[in-house]
Amino acid sequence: MKDVKVLGPGCSRCQATADMVRTEAEKLGLDVKVEKVTDYAAIAGYGIVSTPGLVIDGKVVHAGGLPKPEDVSRWLSE
Amino acid sequence: MSADVPLRGQEPQRDASSLVWGAATVAGVAVWFLVYFQLQPVSRWLVARLALEPGTRLADAVEFFLYDTPKVLMLLTLVVFAMGVVRSFFSAERTRAVLAGKREGLGNIAAAGLGIVTPFCSCSAVPLFVGFVSAGVPLGVTFSFLIAAPMVNEVALGLLFALVGWQVAAVYLVFGLSVAIVAGWVIGRLHLEGWLEEWVRNVRANPAELPPDGMSLKDRVRAGLDAVRDIVGKVWMWIIAGIAAGAFIHGYVPQDLLASIMGRDAWWSVPAAVVLGIPMYSNAAGIIPVVEALLAKGAALGTVLAFMMSVIALSLPEMIILRKVLSLKLIIVFVGVVGTGILAVGFLFNALFS
Repeated sequence: MKDVKVLGPGCSRCQATADMVRTEAEKLGLDVKVEKVTDYAAIAGYGIVSTPGLVIDGKVVHAGGLPKPEDVSRWLSE
Repeated sequence: MSADVPLRGQEPQRDASSLVWGAATVAGVAVWFLVYFQLQPVSRWLVARLALEPGTRLADAVEFFLYDTPKVLMLLTLVVFAMGVVRSFFSAERTRAVLAGKREGLGNIAAAGLGIVTPFCSCSAVPLFVGFVSAGVPLGVTFSFLIAAPMVNEVALGLLFALVGWQVAAVYLVFGLSVAIVAGWVIGRLHLEGWLEEWVRNVRANPAELPPDGMSLKDRVRAGLDAVRDIVGKVWMWIIAGIAAGAFIHGYVPQDLLASIMGRDAWWSVPAAVVLGIPMYSNAAGIIPVVEALLAKGAALGTVLAFMMSVIALSLPEMIILRKVLSLKLIIVFVGVVGTGILAVGFLFNALFS
């Protein structure tokens, strides 16, 4: 099971990112746990500067702006 | 070397698609110019069809509205697209890496400049602030970035250029940067690191190592189109409302009324404009058509610029967001320093240009 964290204070793009992760995981038939991290101190702890950030199995793969669906799909299947 | 092999295989296909996208972009820009230069004759023709008496207030207001609305929306689209492409070369993470090693002074200048081209959204202001400060970007340098990023933005510059002319847009750029550089430098000199909220000082994080984004030309053009959809899609209503207000001012507000309230001789108008601008939260899109109309009616340039900068750079909602990381004392210093800078710009302008 992939452990995915979406980092962001709850703006619309963070929500869109979380939805995108779920959709792409479904396409791949992957089991994912998507968790939203909204606490600023926790977000800062991941070392990113811009949101939404995406952490997959503890590794930061994206920061700032909506990721591309094909990238999300690639990160999930890695 | 072995890692290159699969990449090589993709290259021809990638080049072909980039070529198509590049050609489509060039064609799109050409069409843009063709349409743009037809706007004035078409709007004249439309006004003539409307059976309004030429030279009346109503006809003035209607012509202003019919010509300016498509003109402004088109110019804005072009500028936002161009900035979207430029921004795809920058990221907040890379900007931080550049600024982390910088000293104050040079760092403030770099931060203000990068504030224009780095993708930034106000909902990211807190993570950005914390991320910068915890990675060793000096507080004053961080402020230079945070002041420049919203104030000197492509929407403000594009609209000023479209409505008031490139000279005023250039002046706004130079003085917006100056306020960001000097205000950040002053805040840095005051050594207020202790006035940050406790938790911010305690953040210890290693900057995240992100995989390279490897964007192709196609991706960058798409980034530009996304920016257009996102920004123009969000602000077009504001612009139309602003132009309607501007059209009203054009047609109906008497010339000398504004000259006496917002003219050069009324020294108090600059501080009044700054104070008035703080609670007003409008993006540049809504305020600039009004600015243009005010200028045309005899308001002084310095007063109007001060008003604009205050509306955009000193906004209550942003301060409420920043309150999460800054103590109230630091926010007051921030408003004081930036407000003083804006006042200086206003007075300087009113003194220099008549």
